[in-house]
Amino acid sequence: MDSIWNQLVSLDSDTWSAAGRSLWFAATSCAISIIICFPLGSLIHFRQFRGKGLLVSVLQSLYCMPTVLVGLLVFSMLSRAGPMGELGWLFSPNAIIFGQAVLISPIMMGLVISAYSGVDKSITETAVSLGASKLQMVIVAVREAKYAMLTLVIIGFSRAISELGISMMVGGNINFYTRTLTTAISLETQKGNIEKAWAMGILLLLIALVINITIYSLQKSGRLKRLNLFRRILPVTQSRSG
Amino acid sequence: MAFLQISNLSKTYDRRSVLSGVNLSVDKGETCAVIGPTGAGKTTLIRLIDLLDTPSSGRILFDSIDVTASGRAGNSARRRMALVQQKPVVFKMNVFGNIACGLKWRHQRKDVIWSKVNDVLEIVGMGDYRERDARTLSGGEMQRVAIARALVIEPELLLLDEPTANLDPVSVSKIEEVLAHIIKERKTTILMSTHDMSQGQRLADKVGVLVNGELLQVGSPNEIFCAPANRKVAEFVGVENILAGKVLRQESGLAIIDVKGREIQAVTELQPGEDVYVMIRPEEITLARDRDTSSARNVFEGRINKVVLLGPLARVEVDCGFPLLGVLTSASAQELKLTIGKPIYLSFKATAIHIVKRQA
Repeated sequence: MDSIWNQLVSLDSDTWSAAGRSLWFAATSCAISIIICFPLGSLIHFRQFRGKGLLVSVLQSLYCMPTVLVGLLVFSMLSRAGPMGELGWLFSPNAIIFGQAVLISPIMMGLVISAYSGVDKSITETAVSLGASKLQMVIVAVREAKYAMLTLVIIGFSRAISELGISMMVGGNINFYTRTLTTAISLETQKGNIEKAWAMGILLLLIALVINITIYSLQKSGRLKRLNLFRRILPVTQSRSG
Repeated sequence: MAFLQISNLSKTYDRRSVLSGVNLSVDKGETCAVIGPTGAGKTTLIRLIDLLDTPSSGRILFDSIDVTASGRAGNSARRRMALVQQKPVVFKMNVFGNIACGLKWRHQRKDVIWSKVNDVLEIVGMGDYRERDARTLSGGEMQRVAIARALVIEPELLLLDEPTANLDPVSVSKIEEVLAHIIKERKTTILMSTHDMSQGQRLADKVGVLVNGELLQVGSPNEIFCAPANRKVAEFVGVENILAGKVLRQESGLAIIDVKGREIQAVTELQPGEDVYVMIRPEEITLARDRDTSSARNVFEGRINKVVLLGPLARVEVDCGFPLLGVLTSASAQELKLTIGKPIYLSFKATAIHIVKRQA
């Protein structure tokens, strides 16, 4: 324990660089996923169409997709022979961000739909009956489900920051470029530096804990409301006339 | 043309018919109450009018516009209506924010919103609740907020789906006061559904009786309660004495009707041989120890089967050869010393009877 503690307090610049990169990749992939999944999830929830139930079941089954499988998929897409090979993203930060976004998107979308499902239908019907446009109605639903929405962001971020398979397969674990805390832990373990690996693992947990506590505290203190968070994510547009 | 015209409206869910061929018209400024038992289709009707659901067939014309035909027309029409649902619904914000929602969605200026919301808060008697979290209110308070939220957008048609269901008598009274004020002062066209027939009688200009998805009768409250069109309506509106009989003859302007071997005199133009229902409201029956010497045409002796005290009133079931139910004050019941098995005289006027044709 002492040696782990010593490792923790004396972590080098490589490690902090990897930590920063982990945060950046996870946050970016989370943001991209939010931008895609919020509107899509809203569309799926609020529209009625054939196959909706099947689609939601498929999404939910993708929650437990192994990261190495996603890594394999992304690798195939980004390799020279793949459809996105020309982008030259393989073994770059973009590849990791892309892969993590692919990994967490089904989770985000499924949880967006679940969050909306937790909002009593009478709430959205009341909004519609008072003349809310579709977008205004969605904003009402988001506001009613804001805690669930924040939870899904935390879950998506946590899944992204803790994944290894994608970072390893499409990132390449290049020091000061694509090395993340998870790939660094894997490397140090293979090198036999168990204490250092433990220290990095604890650091990763601490980072996740700090972020969760921060969001939880903001939520409880109402500061998120004062930040008009949802207005910034979903700006209100002019409703249809009449 | 009526302000709201519903033509042959039907709605089916999973092959189950919830509404069938409903025709109803409501004029501008009129208050119409649709009454009926639970499960009659009242909420479905209100939801269809508010375009929260689409009918299986039929048309809804709102201010001469067919709102069921076009999405755009429907959106436009919906902004001229407001709905208050049966279960009080409030958003996760304070009372002021809840009421202001509709105005914000219509991009009203802040000063206009402030003024209108405060006015409406006074109307519903909740001026001191402005900053309170709406979710901490009681059911009756939430419903008043819901009514205020609907009123503030100044709808041309106000839809109320059982606005006082599940509320205590004090809250019901407060909300009825608010509604009476709206009806009197604002002249808004109102369509409300309720299972409380006396509420419909108190508040509405016109009443429709909806039973099992069919609108059986539409008329003034007096017509509905004193002259129900058929047995189903009569049963719902509290005509508890419904006797099957046959018209024997017409005599001096009165019809003599045979009911289980006894003759009842009633005012009707139906001819001898017609099968009928004889309907008498319990309040129209007078109970006495001795034969009634009043002008009542119908006097029967019978024996008391049951006496039930309901607060200030007493319900007395009597067997006169056919069962009759009368109502009197508890004090009178005690004065008359009404007990089971005791002989009693019942009398009622020929004009108090309502006759409808019966399918044999």
